[in-house]
Amino acid sequence: MSHEYVPEIATDRNGKKHEVQGWQGDTYGGKLGFWLFMLTEIMMFGALFLTLTYYYSLHHQDFIEASSHLNRLLGGTNTVVLLVSALTMGLGLLKMRAGDVKGAKLMIYATIILAFIFLGIKAVEWTEEYNHGVFLGLDALQSGNEHSRPFGQILFYGMYFTMTGLHGVHIIIGIGLMVWLLKRINAGKVTTEHNILHFNIALYWDLVHLIWVFVFPYYYMIGAGHGH
Amino acid sequence: MSKSYLEAGETHCAIGHPKSVFWQWMLTVDHKRIGLMYAAVIFTFFFVAVFVALTMRIELFAPGAQILDGDTFNQAFTLHGVIMVFLFIIPGVPAVFGNIVMPLMIGAKDVSFPRLNWFTFWLYIFGALIALSSLWTGEGFADTGWTFYAPYSLNTNTNVVTTLVAAFVLGMASILTGLNFLVTIHRLRAPGMDFFKMPLFVWGIYATAWIQLLATPVVGITLILAILEKVFGIGIFDPSKGGDPVLFEHLFWIYSHPAVYLMILPAFGIMSEIIPVFSRREIFGYRTIALSSASIAGIGYLVWGHHLFTSGMSDLAKTVFSFLTFFVAIPTGIKFYDWVATMYKGQIHMNAPMLWALGTMVTFVIGGLTGVTIAMVGADIHLQDTYYSVAHFHYAMLGGVVFLLFAGLHYWFPLMFGRIYSEKHAKRAFYFNFIGFNMLWFPMFIAGYQGMPRRYFDYLPEFQIYHQISFFGALVFITGLIYMFTVLISAIKKGEKVGSNHWNATTLEWHLPTSPPPLENHSKVPYVDFRPYEYHHGEPVVKFNLETMQRID
Repeated sequence: MSHEYVPEIATDRNGKKHEVQGWQGDTYGGKLGFWLFMLTEIMMFGALFLTLTYYYSLHHQDFIEASSHLNRLLGGTNTVVLLVSALTMGLGLLKMRAGDVKGAKLMIYATIILAFIFLGIKAVEWTEEYNHGVFLGLDALQSGNEHSRPFGQILFYGMYFTMTGLHGVHIIIGIGLMVWLLKRINAGKVTTEHNILHFNIALYWDLVHLIWVFVFPYYYMIGAGHGH
Repeated sequence: MSKSYLEAGETHCAIGHPKSVFWQWMLTVDHKRIGLMYAAVIFTFFFVAVFVALTMRIELFAPGAQILDGDTFNQAFTLHGVIMVFLFIIPGVPAVFGNIVMPLMIGAKDVSFPRLNWFTFWLYIFGALIALSSLWTGEGFADTGWTFYAPYSLNTNTNVVTTLVAAFVLGMASILTGLNFLVTIHRLRAPGMDFFKMPLFVWGIYATAWIQLLATPVVGITLILAILEKVFGIGIFDPSKGGDPVLFEHLFWIYSHPAVYLMILPAFGIMSEIIPVFSRREIFGYRTIALSSASIAGIGYLVWGHHLFTSGMSDLAKTVFSFLTFFVAIPTGIKFYDWVATMYKGQIHMNAPMLWALGTMVTFVIGGLTGVTIAMVGADIHLQDTYYSVAHFHYAMLGGVVFLLFAGLHYWFPLMFGRIYSEKHAKRAFYFNFIGFNMLWFPMFIAGYQGMPRRYFDYLPEFQIYHQISFFGALVFITGLIYMFTVLISAIKKGEKVGSNHWNATTLEWHLPTSPPPLENHSKVPYVDFRPYEYHHGEPVVKFNLETMQRID
C-alpha cells in the first residue's frame, strides 16, 4: 500500500500549501527508528563492557592469565571473517541502490555464508574450551572445589561466554533477517527505490561486527603478551 | 460523515481484513483501539495488585500471623510490586494515553510504525502471561521484592527466573513503545507545529520515550545476567565466586530510578493539559515546563546512587548523589509553580478532571517533599527500609502518577467514547479516593519515622494503631476505586452523548469531525500556526471548520 500513498496537503491561512508527512512511505522515519534501536543495543552491550571493565580493574592479573588461554588464531580468523562479511553486506546495499538486484542478492548470500563460518569457528572454539574443562557450569568455573579457578578467572570466563554468546545470538538473528530480506527481494517488496529494509539490516550487521571489534581485543588481546 | 473508530469494521488490521469484530480488535493497528486495549488490561492488573495489597493489609491488622505466613507474605509483596511496577505503572500513561491521545495532539493519522505498535501490545501481553505463569509453576512466585536484589534472588528456590524473563520481555515492549513514539513525534507533527507548539503532554511523552529507550536496555541486560547467573552460575553477582552483588544494585537502579521519572513525566503532562483547560487560561511558562521535562529526564539518570546509601559507597559518592537528588527537585518545583500561576486569576471550572488534578497537587507535594528529606544521607540512613519510604513512594507514585492517570481518564473520557459520565458521582468517587488514600498512607510516615520496617509481616504492638488506621483507609480507598470505575464503565454505554469538544479545550485532539473520533482522525491535517493553549476571556482563540480543518476565527 505504501507505493500508492499520496501525501496529503495542508493549507495555511495565507493559502500556502504544505506537504503532510504520513507514516506511510516514511524512509527517513524508518531509518531514524532503526538508529534508535541500534542505540538500545549499544546501551545493552555498554552495560556489559562496563561490568567487564570494573572486574578487570579488580582482577587485573587473573584476567590477563585467563585471556592468554583463549585461541587467538581462531578468534582472529573470526574477526577477519566478520569484517569481510560487513564488506559484502555493504557492497550488497550499494549494488541494490545501483539497480543490480542480482548482484545484491549474491552479496547477501555471501554474507550469510560468512556468518555461518563465523558460527562454525565459534563452535570449534567453545568445544575446545569445553574439552579443557572451561565452560559454564563445569567445576573450573564453580567455587569451592579442587578444579576451581581463581575468582578473576571465573569472572573472566563467565563474562566471556555471556558476551560472545549474546553476540552469537545476534549473528543468528542476523542470518534470519537476511533470509527474510532475500524473500522480500524475491517478492519484489524490496527494490532499488524502496530499500529501507535492506538499509536497516545492513545497519544491524554493521553494529554486530562493530561490537565484535570491541569484544575481540577486550577478551583475546589483553593476554597476548603473556605467552602460551 | 465518517463513522466512529469504535464501530465494527472501522479499523486497519495487521493481517488481512477479518470480518469478525473480535478479530478486528485482536489485529487492530489503530492507535486508539490499541490504547483502549492497554487500558482494559492494565486496569485489570491494577485491581489484582490492589487486592493482593488488601490481603497484606488484613494480615497486618494485628501483630503476629493472621491469614498469611511469612513466606507467603514475601511472595505477596513481590507479586504486588511486580504487577504494579512492570505491568501497570510503567506501561501506564504512555501505553494508554500516549497511544490514544498523542497522535491526535500532533495531528497525525497514527503512530509511525502502526504494525510495530500492534506487535508491542502483544509482546506486552506475552510478558504478562509469563509473569502470571510463574504463580502456578515451580516453587511458587518469587519472594525477592520487585527489585530482585542479588545475592538473595540468586539463592532463593522460588520462581525468580520466570519473573526475570517476564520483566525482560515487558522491558522490550516498553523500549519499542518509546521508539515508536520518538519517531512519531519527530516525523509526524502536522505542518507548522514545531517543538514549542506541541502540547505539553506530548513533551512529557517525548522525554519519557528517551528514558524508555536509553535506560531499559541496561536493566534488560542486568536481568539477563541474573538469569544466566541462576541457570549457569556465571558468577557476576555471586560473592562466592568473586562477583559483586552491589553491582547488581547499581545496574538495576541505573534503569529503575529513571523509570520513576518515566512514570511521572507523562503524568505531569496530563496535569499540564488539564490545568489550562479548566482555568480557561493560557499555561504560565510553557517553555519552562517543556524544558523541565527534558531536564528531569536528563538529571534523573544521575541520581540512582541514592538507593545505595546503606549498601556500601564512598562518602564522596554519597554526597554527590545526595546533591544531585536535591537538584532534580528544582525542575519539578518549576512545574508546580507554573501550574499554580496558570490558575491565578483564571476562570476555574471544578469538573472531575480538575478535581483529580488539584488533589494530586496536594498528594504529590507531600510525596515529593518527603522524597527530598530522604535524599539527605543522614536522614536516609535512619528512614530507609522503613514505612517512611513506603509512604513516600506511594504518595509519589499512587498519589502522583496514578491519580493523574485517573485525572486523564476523566479528562479524555468524552474523547474516547463520545459520552460523559455522571459528574456528581465522579466527584463523590474522587473524595472517597482522596480521603481513603491519605488515611491509608499518612500514618505510615509516622510509623516509619518511629522505626516500623518495611516488608515485615509482623510488628511490635506499639505500631498497631497506625496499621489499623491504614487498614480502614484502605477500605475507603478501595470503595472509592470501585465506585469510580463503576461510574466510568457504566458511562461507556449509558453516558450522555457529547460533542467532540466537551471541555472547551484548545489542543488538536478536541477538533475532530466526529465524537468519538473516526478511524483516521482529523478529516484534514491542519496547519498549526498557534500555541497550544490560547484562551481569550475564557474562550478558546483558535476555531476550526471541522470538515476542512481551516481556521475560522
